[in-house]
Amino acid sequence: MKRKLTAVLAGAMLGCLSAASAQSGEIVLNSDTSDPAPKAAMQALIDGFQKAHPDVTVKWNNFDHEGYKTSIRNFLTAEPPDVAAWYAGNRMAPFVEAGLFEDVTSVWENNNLDETLKSAAASMTIDGKKWGVPYTYYQWGIYYRQDIFDELGLEVPKTWEELKAVCAKLKENDITPFTIGTKTLWPTGGWFDYMNLRTNGYEFHMDLTAGKVPYNDPRVVEVFRLWAELVEPGYYIDNHAAYDWQEAVPFFVRGAAAMYLMGNFAVDVMKNAGLKEDQLGFMQFPAITPGIPMAEDAPTDTLHIPSNAPNKADAKKFLAYLARAEVQTEMNRILGQLPVNSQSERPDDKFLAQGFEMLSNAYALAQFYDRDAPAAMAKAGMEGFQEFMVKPKNIDRILKRLEKVRARVYK
Amino acid sequence: MADSIAGKSYWHQNQRRIAPWIFLAPGVFMFAVYVIIPIFQSMEISLYDWDGIGEKTFIGIENYIELLDDEAFYTSLINNLLWLLFYMLAVPAGLFMSLFLNQTVFGIRLVKSLFFFPFVISQVVVGLVFAWFYDPTFGLLALIFKTFGFQPLAVLADERYVTYGIIFAGLWPQTAYCMILYLTGLNAVDPEQIEAGRLDGAKGWRMLWHVVLPQLRPATFIAVVVTVIGALRSFDLVSIMTDGGPYGSSRVLAYYMYEQALSEYGFRMGYGAAIAVVLFVIMMVYISGFLWSMYRQEREGR
Repeated sequence: MKRKLTAVLAGAMLGCLSAASAQSGEIVLNSDTSDPAPKAAMQALIDGFQKAHPDVTVKWNNFDHEGYKTSIRNFLTAEPPDVAAWYAGNRMAPFVEAGLFEDVTSVWENNNLDETLKSAAASMTIDGKKWGVPYTYYQWGIYYRQDIFDELGLEVPKTWEELKAVCAKLKENDITPFTIGTKTLWPTGGWFDYMNLRTNGYEFHMDLTAGKVPYNDPRVVEVFRLWAELVEPGYYIDNHAAYDWQEAVPFFVRGAAAMYLMGNFAVDVMKNAGLKEDQLGFMQFPAITPGIPMAEDAPTDTLHIPSNAPNKADAKKFLAYLARAEVQTEMNRILGQLPVNSQSERPDDKFLAQGFEMLSNAYALAQFYDRDAPAAMAKAGMEGFQEFMVKPKNIDRILKRLEKVRARVYK
Repeated sequence: MADSIAGKSYWHQNQRRIAPWIFLAPGVFMFAVYVIIPIFQSMEISLYDWDGIGEKTFIGIENYIELLDDEAFYTSLINNLLWLLFYMLAVPAGLFMSLFLNQTVFGIRLVKSLFFFPFVISQVVVGLVFAWFYDPTFGLLALIFKTFGFQPLAVLADERYVTYGIIFAGLWPQTAYCMILYLTGLNAVDPEQIEAGRLDGAKGWRMLWHVVLPQLRPATFIAVVVTVIGALRSFDLVSIMTDGGPYGSSRVLAYYMYEQALSEYGFRMGYGAAIAVVLFVIMMVYISGFLWSMYRQEREGR
């Protein structure tokens, strides 16, 4: 989910580097863990596995994070590795439907994973079968400047009205309530997800991303009507379309903006930019429609076995090892994220503890707009959200356009 | 010497005719495999609905019909026209820069190479530099605006200015390119004709227009051709500076094709190929026009 500067060229660079033919006793692992923490976690996983299974050698190809999204399509068909990293939810559906991922239901059954990985089981299931093993996820929510809230005597908002009141108060004091960078589009997906999950609920989110509801449905229109209550008074930083998510962090750090709806990976960036832990707070996105159970976005990272993998037997051992409680504890300690295995130890970080609390009480977990909706719909959708956040008046035209795309994508 | 002509093999008889083809063969082969055949493959793919890994479904001209009703396609087309139009500024700008630099002063070679520098660095770097320049909060442009008491302009986040902003960034290296073309051209300008013109009383603009420019015609020709092609295939700057945004308003055809066919949210190979075919046709019209005029000129010249 952590997407860095768009690396257009990177895709081609590593494409040819992938799996050399593996003999038995050797498995090839392709992953997109190019950032320092994910890379270290993957290294720890491989080292641990080698210790537990000395007879199997792991050959690891680590790809650039952005380039991987293109490369995976090439290597799955041309030269499949034995294990490949990918994401849960609808993001894996094209590969499952094209018969490129192996059914790993047996790994789940033999290792009692339905029990231990229960929270992510639904997002790994297509046609009643399991297609991979999840190992980490993280919460989304609103990170806020504790010191600014304290100074202005603001309480953490629990409802939509309270949130708007907080925003108004901040704006009065010349602080923009929310920072956001929409240049790479996906941060808008987080906003739409939460507005929609809180207004219409989890089932509606799943129906919408599954293409069962038209985009000009009154319930969707209602989401944008409410969202406009934040857009129109200027509660987001100006020119957000010029920044990516990291470039939007300085506004938050300098105190020009007080809140940031983001995934937990942002904490690291905020701290590196100079914020102390006690200046930072985390809150669940407030309720909008009373009585709607609170569902959350929690994108999950996973490993899969390509169906043309040369050494599936050892690859399954690898996935079984990945699912173990102590393995996930160690990996997520390095990642600074939450283990999926319910018997793993939680990292004792302040924000992760809060996130874990929130996710364990969540009614359901959504992956994220661009993982739940098919790619073509997600692209058009998030572009529409961005346009809406700049020109809320265009909403009718935007929804008409999205409805046209929906009719085509899901036919 | 006793051998009669009839005794020679076919090879010996036709050596002169066959040899060029043998030398051309590797080039022709590569050109066919990597250029000509893919053109026809693209045309074929544009008739299918295909995600690149699954089954291909033949859908006839449906991709093209969809293009006709696609806002994003028209945005890209209009932006490509803007690129064609404004990118041309690189030609006169390069001409004047070369006239300015075409003198014999101490250290002029260093100055010339510095002016040529933007063309040497990668387009990606140019894009990043200009993206920072345009940054509405911390960028140089914003600082300039603030110094004069104006609200900073978010060039890359505003659908009205974004394409012009990117074209402007593109002009920087392209002007340098045209400049170098004209500098070489100026070396070949005949001093006697200049002298003759001067004797006839031509100065300044008249001299430039009637004496110098006609002699620079080959340089102008190349400069226009590379600029037009550069404008039509503009992709890297758009991708680096805006990703086609905000909300797709700075897309050009080449970028839209990439987005539909190959980007993270794309993989509609058929649709992407259809866009590529349209771009190809536009380029073809232009290039064949140019080839035709070149052909005519060559015949007249003889």
